[in-house]
Amino acid sequence: MVAVQETVERVKRIDVDQYRYGFETLIDSEKAPKGLSEEIVKFISQKKNEPAWMLQWRLKAYRRWLTMTEPTWARVDYPKIDFQDLYYYAAPKPKKSVSSLDEVDPEILKTYEKLGIPLREVAMLEGVEPKPGEEDPARRKIAVDAVFDSVSVATTFKAELKKAGVIFMPISEAIREHPELVQKYLGSVVPTSDNFYATLNSAVFSDGSFVYVPPGVRCPMELSTYFRINERNTGQFERTLIIADKGSYVSYLEGCTAPQRDENQLHAAVVELVALDDAEIKYSTVQNWYPGNSEGKGGIYNFVTKRGDCRGANSKISWTQVETGSAITWKYPSCILRGDNSRGEFYSIAISNGFQQVDSGTKMIHLGKNTSSRIISKGIAAGKSQNTYRGLVTAHRKALGARNFTACDSLLIGDKCGAHTVPYIEAKNSSATFEHEATTSKISEDVLFYCIQRGLSQEEAVGLVVNGFVKQVLQKLPMEFAVEAQKLISISLDGSVG
Amino acid sequence: MALLEIRDLHVGVEDREVIRGLDLNVDAGEVHAIMGPNGSGKSTLSHVIAGKLGYEITGGQILFRGENLLRMEPNERAAKGVFLGFQYPVEIPGVTTMNFLRAALNAQRKARDQQEFSTPEFLKRIREVAGSLNIPQDMLKRGVNVGFSGGEKKRNEILQMALFEPSLCILDEIDSGLDIDALRIVASGINALRSPERAMIVITHYRRLLDHVVPDVVHVMSRGRIMKSAGKELALELEASGYAQFEDAA
Ligand SMILES: Nc1ncnc2c1ncn2[C@@H]1O[C@H](COP(=O)(O)OP(=O)(O)OP(=O)(O)O)[C@@H](O)[C@H]1O
Ligand SMILES: [Mg+2]
Repeated sequence: MVAVQETVERVKRIDVDQYRYGFETLIDSEKAPKGLSEEIVKFISQKKNEPAWMLQWRLKAYRRWLTMTEPTWARVDYPKIDFQDLYYYAAPKPKKSVSSLDEVDPEILKTYEKLGIPLREVAMLEGVEPKPGEEDPARRKIAVDAVFDSVSVATTFKAELKKAGVIFMPISEAIREHPELVQKYLGSVVPTSDNFYATLNSAVFSDGSFVYVPPGVRCPMELSTYFRINERNTGQFERTLIIADKGSYVSYLEGCTAPQRDENQLHAAVVELVALDDAEIKYSTVQNWYPGNSEGKGGIYNFVTKRGDCRGANSKISWTQVETGSAITWKYPSCILRGDNSRGEFYSIAISNGFQQVDSGTKMIHLGKNTSSRIISKGIAAGKSQNTYRGLVTAHRKALGARNFTACDSLLIGDKCGAHTVPYIEAKNSSATFEHEATTSKISEDVLFYCIQRGLSQEEAVGLVVNGFVKQVLQKLPMEFAVEAQKLISISLDGSVG
Repeated sequence: MALLEIRDLHVGVEDREVIRGLDLNVDAGEVHAIMGPNGSGKSTLSHVIAGKLGYEITGGQILFRGENLLRMEPNERAAKGVFLGFQYPVEIPGVTTMNFLRAALNAQRKARDQQEFSTPEFLKRIREVAGSLNIPQDMLKRGVNVGFSGGEKKRNEILQMALFEPSLCILDEIDSGLDIDALRIVASGINALRSPERAMIVITHYRRLLDHVVPDVVHVMSRGRIMKSAGKELALELEASGYAQFEDAA
């Protein structure tokens, strides 16, 4: 009923011009046809009921995108993507419904179990629906309970944020409700012309999160997409914008406190962070998308542009990521250290197993005086995977006293995988101090044997050694996240030693 | 039945036969010392008993309480009470000794169908054991063997032995690199664990350890075989005359 009403309203709002382009039939359809064109861009903007400026913004990006070619410098190898063979808009799909937990793939149940996700949440995630008059009242309660739970959690949570003056909403809503903020900051960190995937995202982004923390406010809770799990279907082209106004603080957790299954092959998200004077943003990600099967078939291609702008003096942006999923990862969360005394941090754990290919790292661009940055990267390669750290640290002419410390360590499990380190360092003034350390090691037979002699199983031994290896980064994650991440790491490495 | 019974053991490493027909019987309650020149196969023997990969067992048997040890995974052997104190203990960065010991001890207990220790129970236990070996608490909070001195590493091996209470303790050159005081502490740690249910195989190059830990039997190993077995006085004899007489015979 609600959906029908929305559709009627959208029809009313559609510009007459639209009809000329033959979209009549699309209006109540939930999916745009395959392929990308100006019409599709307009259609998306229309569907989202966006103001004219937003459409212009998208179109500009789209026209720019047409002139660009895919980057090929990363150490990843995949069949050419046919961008006309993809869907760029699909309304939230109802989940395939399963009538009881018994019908859920036992492999999936096993994974949930390992993650320690309670079954009622599994029921929710897998869309288990109680049959009317179902025999088992306990099971029937599952789904209902879960839904009610998440609604109440989300509600108390919203009230508390509102009291603090923090804006946290889907970006599509923010475009309508806070156009002045969005217009001011969207694309100000990652310009629409930035790179092939970011430009594509700018043209067709579906949804994502918007956060604004007013001056002097310390956000009263960690913001997490977890709470939006039900309303969330941001799809392939997610767009996130976080602004921490002067003297404010916010910690944002992205991704999968609960595992997300996703059928989309190509993901091209953009995340922009802006920290004004004395503000701090902490952004944590745990990514466990489908990595492909044991033969290397399928899996997500993840081409992400994440960038933070330490725009104000004494501001700080810290990226922490745990990457365990996706078939291909192309991701370099970066910091532009514009404000004097600003600080950027990048803590990363990237795990690859099977046939996964990871090319990830960071860029620290020192522009202001006495800016500092710290990079701690831990790459773990197992199976037949390839794991590359790619980092860039530059100091501008005026970035007097810029300092960077980089440590990137790689751990190899087995001898069919590869780890690579590609650091670029550029100092345009002589007062910059850059330190770089890199190590590559293997989990040695001797270490494993030592652990196993003490009674641990092979898998426990690998888990222990790996957790020791990544500890420095895990400690940077918020507590609950760290626990999840730790479990995720051992799941990702299951069967990595034969 | 002997606790450990090795019959005509043959072991190859990278196409070379390193253990060449070795027999050894160790009863519960006994302490056996194995001495022998470098490269004679002492560490290889200890690794094979503990189950390290990379060795080819080309013949013979190892029975532990009458069970075929060679069929068991190394962690199974550990849970059954086989402990190896390493000649070169490894370092495990980022894993505190405390966490490591707790994970290992509980894994062993679980394998034996015993209840796992809770955190307070474990802490109580480890404090007792560490105290008796003069091991400071802060060493337990550091990464396993990371930045430990040679002597500290060896003391950490004894700590583990005391904690796990194994029934067969193989100590491979536990005395090398120890100063006089550390040697005394380690030796008294070993002696404290001597019991009628427990056997020990002490591999060493020096008599001084055997002055503290007095063995029931001393074996001379050379070129992959036990060449001679006798009482504790054999250690003195070897110190005087060296191994030359055994090399020829092999
Ligand atoms: N992994 C290996 N690869 C090749 N050769 C090996 C390997 N392990 C052992 N050996 C060889 O087997 C022989 C026995 O070695 P082992 O370490 O058992 O001697 P050892 O009696 O313990 O000597 P030491 O007193 O010096 O400790 C040596 O010749 C050694 O070089
Ligand atoms: Mg040796």
